[in-house]
Amino acid sequence: MKYSLPDFRRLMSRDNNIVQLIVMTIAIFLIMAALNPDKFLRYYNFESITYLFPELGVLSIAMLVAMLTGGIDLSVIGIANLSGILAGLFFHAVYQSADPSGGVGVVALGVLLALSVGAAAGALNGFLITRLRVTPILATLGTGQVFTGLALVLTGGPAIVGFPPAWDFIGNGKILGLATPFVLFVIIACAMSFILSRTTFGLNLLLIGTNPKAAVFAGLRKGRMVFFSYLTTGLLASTAGIILSGRTNAAKSDYGTSYLLQAILIAVLGGTNPAGGKGTVAGISIAVVALMFLSSGFQILRFSNHLIDFIWGAFLLLVIAINAFRNRVR
Amino acid sequence: MSHAFIELCHIEKHFAGVHALNDVSLSIRPGEIHCLAGENGSGKSTVIKVISGVYRPDGGEIRIDGETVHNLTPIASIDRGIQVIYQDFSLFGNLTVAENLALNTELREKRRLVNWRRIHALARRALDELGVDIDPSAEVDTLPTAGRQLVAIARALMSDARLLIMDEPTTALTRKEVETLFGIVRDIQRRGIAVLFVSHKMREMLEISERITVIRNGRKVAEGPTADFNEGLIIRHMTGHDISADGYRWEPPEEGAGTPRLELAGLSKEGAFSDLTMAIHPGEIVGLSGLLGSGRTEVALSLFGMEPGYSGDIRIDGTPVRLDSVQQAIAAGIAYVPEDRLTEGLFLGQSINRNILATTYDSIARHLVIDRDRASSLTAEMIRSLSIATPTGEKLVGELSGGNQQRVVIARWLLTNARVLILNGPTVGVDVGSKAQIHRIIRDLARDQGLAVLMISDDVLELVENCNRILLMHRGRLVAEYDAARINEEDISETLKSFK
Repeated sequence: MKYSLPDFRRLMSRDNNIVQLIVMTIAIFLIMAALNPDKFLRYYNFESITYLFPELGVLSIAMLVAMLTGGIDLSVIGIANLSGILAGLFFHAVYQSADPSGGVGVVALGVLLALSVGAAAGALNGFLITRLRVTPILATLGTGQVFTGLALVLTGGPAIVGFPPAWDFIGNGKILGLATPFVLFVIIACAMSFILSRTTFGLNLLLIGTNPKAAVFAGLRKGRMVFFSYLTTGLLASTAGIILSGRTNAAKSDYGTSYLLQAILIAVLGGTNPAGGKGTVAGISIAVVALMFLSSGFQILRFSNHLIDFIWGAFLLLVIAINAFRNRVR
Repeated sequence: MSHAFIELCHIEKHFAGVHALNDVSLSIRPGEIHCLAGENGSGKSTVIKVISGVYRPDGGEIRIDGETVHNLTPIASIDRGIQVIYQDFSLFGNLTVAENLALNTELREKRRLVNWRRIHALARRALDELGVDIDPSAEVDTLPTAGRQLVAIARALMSDARLLIMDEPTTALTRKEVETLFGIVRDIQRRGIAVLFVSHKMREMLEISERITVIRNGRKVAEGPTADFNEGLIIRHMTGHDISADGYRWEPPEEGAGTPRLELAGLSKEGAFSDLTMAIHPGEIVGLSGLLGSGRTEVALSLFGMEPGYSGDIRIDGTPVRLDSVQQAIAAGIAYVPEDRLTEGLFLGQSINRNILATTYDSIARHLVIDRDRASSLTAEMIRSLSIATPTGEKLVGELSGGNQQRVVIARWLLTNARVLILNGPTVGVDVGSKAQIHRIIRDLARDQGLAVLMISDDVLELVENCNRILLMHRGRLVAEYDAARINEEDISETLKSFK
C-alpha cells in the first residue's frame, strides 16, 4: 500500500481526539501536581487511583456500548448494585466463614450469579428497546428505578456486609503487584476494544449507530444487534458492581449513584458521539484516568463533595458544548 | 418591453473545485412565467440559491429593479419580495394550516401573545385570495401533497411577493392537481407576480411558461420565448446530444430462454399491488415505471423482504423462495439499491471500506472475528473494478460525489453474489458524467455476470436507453409492457400522463 501524505493527515485528524485527551490528561496531572505536590505525587495516591477508577471505567465502557447505537443506559448503577446485593445474599445463605480457602468456590458462583443478573437486566432493557420500541432513555430510566427499588426491598436499606475473603480480593487484592481491579479493567478494556473494532458485532453496532435506516437496507439484523448491545452493557454494569462491592466489601442499593453522570461524562469526553456511530474504548480509558486525576486532586484540596458534583455537571456541559462547536466548525 | 424585475449577470460560482455556475445570466420580468430547465445536477438549485441569497456568487452581479445588489442575504432577498417554494415546502407539519400561515406575519410584527381569532382571520384571508378551499384548522401533515403545496404558496404570497420560485412543483402531483396548480399560477401572474418554474418536465414547461432558460453543467445553453422551443430541442439543450439509439438489447439464447432468474406469479399485497406476473431472465435489464403511488416501490420492497405478508409465488432460478425478511432476500440472491442514497443507502460518517463491506462482514468473519486481509482485498478489488474515485478506502463515504457514492452501494451488493439486482432511481442526484458510467456498470453486470436487473425510475429516458423491456404500473397492477427497441420516450410519457 502506498502511503501518501493526505492519508497521514487524515490519520492524525482521526486520532485528533485521542491526542487532545492525552494533552488534557497531562495538563490536569501537571496542574494538580503543582497545586499540591506533596500529597498528589505520593505513590499511595496513584495506587489508590488504580483501585478506584476501574469500577467507573467499566461503567463508562458500558455507557459507550449503549451510546454506539445512539442509545443510553441509565440503569447501569441499578444493575451494578442489584448484582452485588444478590451475590451478597447468596453468600449469606451458603457461605461459612470457617472455609479455609476463603470461599473461592462460593465466590466463583457468586460472580456467575452477579453476571447473570447483569445479563438478565440487560436483556430486559434490550427487550423493551428493540421489541416494544421504547426510547432507550425512558426504558432504562424505568428499569433503573425497578432495579434500585428491588435492591432496596431485598436489603431493607442498610448495606449488606460480611463477604468472603475471595470476594474482597477482587476489589482490594493484588496480582503481580498491581491492583486486581486495575488488572480486570485492562483485560475488559482490551477485550471490548477488540470486540468493537474487529468483530461483526462491533462493526454492526457502529454501522447501526451511524444510520439505522441504511443498516436495515444493508440487511443488518438491527433488532438483534441492539438487543445484544444492551445485554453487553448489562454484563459490564454487573462487572462494575462486583468490583465496587468487592472493594467496599459491602453492597447497598444506593452506592455509586454519582457514577451515572460521571460515566456519561467520561463517555462523551472520550469522544463517543451520543447520537451513535462513533466512540472508542481507548478514548474512554484516557478520559477516565484524566477524571480520576481531577477527582483525587479535588479530594486532596479538600473540596466538598457537593462542589465536586457541581463541577462534574459543569464539566459535562462544557465538553458537550465544545464538541458541538467543533462539529459545527467542521 | 417592460423592465426586468431581477437580472443575474454573468454569475460564477465554485464549490471546492467544481465550477457550479459558469457565466450564467438570467432575467425575469414582472408578471412573467419563466422556466428554468436542466437535468439533475446541472446547476438549477444553485441558481435558486443565488437568487434567494443563500449562496453568494463568486463573480457577476445581481440586479433587482435595475439596481445592483451587493451581498444579497436570504433576509434581503425576502424583503425584496423573492419567495422560494422548495420541494419539501418547508412547512411545520405538526401545526395547523392557520398557524403555518400566520407564523411569519406574527413574528414580523413581533407579537408576543397569540390572538387565535386574528390568526384564523389572517389564514382565511390568505386562502381566499388564492381561491382554495382548505380547512385552516387542519393539521398540515394530514393534508395531501397538493394541499400542502397550496398552503406553501399561500404563505409565500402573504409577504408581498414579487417573484415566486417553485422548485420542481409538479413532481408529486396528479395530472388534475397539476392543472389546478397551473390555474393558480396564472392567477398569481395576473397580479403582476413573476413565477420562476424550475423543472425538467418538457410538457409542463411548454404548457405553462412564456420564456425558457436552459442550463447544462452550470452554463446557460439556451434562452428564449417558449414558442421557439419544442420538446426535442429542450432535450438536446439539456443533455447536449441527440438521444442516441444505442439502447440495451437482449436476445434469448439459441436454445431458448431457459429458466428465468426472477419469476413472479400472481404476486399481491393488500393495498399495494395485485396479481403481478413477470419474469426476468439472466442478462435482462427490465425497466419499471409508474406514477408515485403506483405500487412500484412496494414491489421492490417486497422482493427485498421488507414487506412481509404478500401472497403469490416468487421463484429465483426456478426455486420457489419466501422473502419475509431482508436476510432471506439477500440469501436468495436479491440486492436492492434504495431510492434515497443518503438516508437509506449509505453510512455517511463511515469509511468507504465499511460501507462496501456492511452486508458482507458476516461472511468474511470466522467465529465473529473479521478476516482483515480478506476485507481489505475485497474492498480494494471493488474500488478498482467499479473505478470509485478515491485515493484510499479509508476516506469517509460522505466526501465522495453522488456518482461515486452510488457505486459504493452497488459494490456492496456485488460482494453478496447477488443474482437479481433491483435499482430504485439509480441516478437521482448524480451528475451527467457519472450517470453514463453508472449505466455502463449496470449494463456490464447484466451482460457479463448474468444478473437480472429491475430498474425502477421516473426518468423514462433512462429506462428507454438502458432497458431491453419496460413495464408500467398503475394502481398496483402491471398495465403495459414495451420492447424498448420499438418505443420512444414520448410514447411512454404520454401513456403515463393518461394515468393521472
